[in-house]
Amino acid sequence: MSDLEVQAELAAQAGQPDRSGISGRPRRFGVAETAAGVLALFLLTSAVMPQLLAPGDPLAIDPLSAFAPPSGAHGFGTDESGRDIYTRVVHGTQYSLVIGAAATAIGLGLGIVLGTLAGMLGRVVDFTVNRFLEVLFAFPGLLLALLFILIFGPGVATATIAVGLSTAPGYARIIRAQLISVRSAAFVEAATVLGRTRWQILLRHILPNTLAPLFVLATLGIGQAIVWAATLSYLGLGAEPPTAEWGAMLSAGRTYITSAWWMSFFPGLFIVLTAVTATVLGRSIDRRLRHVSVPGHA
Amino acid sequence: MNEPAAALSVRNLLVGFGAAAPVVRGVSFDIVPGECLAIVGESGSGKSVTARSLLGLAGANARVSADWLDLGGHSVLGLTEHAWQARRGRDVGLVLQDALVSLDPLRPIGREIADSLRLHTSLGAAARARRVLELLDAVGLPHPELQVQKLSGQLSGGERQRALIAAAIALNPPLLIADEPTTALDVTVQAQILALLEQITGGGTAVLLISHDLAVVSRIAHRVAVMHDGELVETGRTTQVLGSPEQEQTRRMVAAIPADKPRGTRLSEADTPNTPSLPSTRIDSSTEKTPDGTIVLEAIGLSKSFRRPDGTRQLAVDDVSFALRRGSTLGIVGESGSGKTTTARLLLALMAPDRGEVRVFGQPWTTATEKTRRGLRAGVGAIYQDALGSFDPRWSVAEILSDALGLGRQRRAPQTTARLTSLLDEVGLAATVLPRRPLELSGGQRQRVGIARALAGKPQLLICDEPVSSLDVTVQAQVLDLLDDVQRERGLSLIFISHDLGVVAHVSDQIAVMRAGRIVELGPAARVFAEPQHPYSVELLAAVPRLSV
Repeated sequence: MSDLEVQAELAAQAGQPDRSGISGRPRRFGVAETAAGVLALFLLTSAVMPQLLAPGDPLAIDPLSAFAPPSGAHGFGTDESGRDIYTRVVHGTQYSLVIGAAATAIGLGLGIVLGTLAGMLGRVVDFTVNRFLEVLFAFPGLLLALLFILIFGPGVATATIAVGLSTAPGYARIIRAQLISVRSAAFVEAATVLGRTRWQILLRHILPNTLAPLFVLATLGIGQAIVWAATLSYLGLGAEPPTAEWGAMLSAGRTYITSAWWMSFFPGLFIVLTAVTATVLGRSIDRRLRHVSVPGHA
Repeated sequence: MNEPAAALSVRNLLVGFGAAAPVVRGVSFDIVPGECLAIVGESGSGKSVTARSLLGLAGANARVSADWLDLGGHSVLGLTEHAWQARRGRDVGLVLQDALVSLDPLRPIGREIADSLRLHTSLGAAARARRVLELLDAVGLPHPELQVQKLSGQLSGGERQRALIAAAIALNPPLLIADEPTTALDVTVQAQILALLEQITGGGTAVLLISHDLAVVSRIAHRVAVMHDGELVETGRTTQVLGSPEQEQTRRMVAAIPADKPRGTRLSEADTPNTPSLPSTRIDSSTEKTPDGTIVLEAIGLSKSFRRPDGTRQLAVDDVSFALRRGSTLGIVGESGSGKTTTARLLLALMAPDRGEVRVFGQPWTTATEKTRRGLRAGVGAIYQDALGSFDPRWSVAEILSDALGLGRQRRAPQTTARLTSLLDEVGLAATVLPRRPLELSGGQRQRVGIARALAGKPQLLICDEPVSSLDVTVQAQVLDLLDDVQRERGLSLIFISHDLGVVAHVSDQIAVMRAGRIVELGPAARVFAEPQHPYSVELLAAVPRLSV
């Protein structure tokens, strides 16, 4: 008798239905998940209503208090023009989140189209799409983004599209693999036997079971996209100063890093925190979903 | 103690997990050298937990207590993990159900078997190699010198199980615990493994056999202990327990064995609780279905081959022809790799045959386009071995069934609920399962939902591919009875595919015996069962699990 059966046996004996069939349901939130939840709330508020958390103007200059270190009046200090770093970091959240979400949406959208084409339309299309993806994979993601910006010029929009483009091949591959595994699942055959058309099967069974795991992937991807977008801004290819975008702020602070560390530290800290928050939440959702639906479970 | 000879002596064993009530309560038994004791029970009865406790493998959070627990005359109660490691393999060997996961897939089996010799003896490398060959020879693996180099994945199921037994007896332990050692095997292979275990017992080793199948254990066990709900409800000599069972639980398990029970005999007592002394009640013949001779399904010269990884082609189904008449059941029996499942897929038109065709209700089926077939699909239902895999994991039972009924999105409407409830009622399930997902149901419940889904489209023909193979014998009995009931009530025609000739013979009017893609014998069930013509049918029949008392 296998371990699985023993587990089921134990659960049955103890009068607890084994809901997962695989492992216990993770019920409680860990410290990391709680912290990530609080941070996500803070970041969302910053993005939607920055005035609530930082009533000041992120662009207002005050030359008299330039380069002020963190203090009671300026929690995160000020920059070379006397702008409050805390206000700028809070107001910058919307750029980062929008860029992150938009880039992920572009990458995922493109990935779904390419992955579905490869997974559903037979060998010739599969072969072509795969070779195309392999060419894209051959470039490091950031290099691909730089190439795109080289052609279309720097700016927030191009940086967003560039990041989206460079993440698409990864998504496409995952979607293709998932599609192929779901397509040959026993429940798809069972639907054929029930007389369902190809379209009905695609819409009701294959796509939902393929796309559900992607939700998690997208959450993880947002964190990555934010870092990449900040990288491009840092290189001067995305948002430009004095826009309160984190990457641009980081870049502006670079010149003064020995005398005014807070100018680069706090934007950098928020980039890292946002990426970690997205990742922790993504993993947590993943764990919770995994026990509910097990696509391709044999 | 007065019986120092006992290889294993257990008194009042209690095993519990965490704060919950004990799952094994007051289990007591002894095994003497050269004896085979079988603990028999359904899934969840606590038999595997018992076996694991005897090896100190119950788990970190398990509470194991007993009046005494003696292995070879020494108390092993409360041994540390370190002390257990010295005993496992030397004092007690273990054989598990699935040899594929029990053996390391990346190491040759010779090395696996040599492991315990290396850890527990002072034998040198050459002596170990000799001993491994002896062991493989002893468990009946042909050409041991070739086998030692193989990985477990390169062996067949029966060969793997033999290798595992060789590893378990390498140190000549006085006690061998075999937990469902034949459940994953074909019947003929199962018979060979049972013979091997019998031979080991004959050599003076005490064997504790754990199984859910009374017919299997009746062949080699001297004594049987029936376990139910964590307790041993009946213990005694095999002939006595199986010949005249005293407990309700034992009677149910004895009655559930399908072999040698005539067609239409009930196997489960769930619906007829008032006939405990006569578990095999013949159904009133007036309600027997009457095949009227119309052919509903016809296979004509079906062939299908697959490309092997090395480029050659393997013929999975070879010139298979048969006809199924309305209201009757055709059983297709064969072992793994005989082409049964490929045949099922061809019959369901899930793949196209290379040659030949299938006709359904007199219409072209495999030669038609899927679009034309779709019109006929409602008349053809299917039941699968892996019921769980055949359901969309995102859907609840209510969604699965209302989809099968073609009700689509109006699944909240009261008339939908009424139809779902009556459908569930027909397969013996309560409406409480509706909001649950198949993952949360037991194996028997899942297969009932599978049958309900197949019946939803009001089919005239059901194709069942190993519908009861993954179920316990008693649950299998209930599902077989259910299939029998719906067939009679709805006048269905059935194709019933199984590796178990006992099951097939019980449900079928006609039997087709398949081997290596060909039908080697086709005839009336009673005739094939009583006087098999082909040597392979004879072999299959001899291997059928039946009570040998």
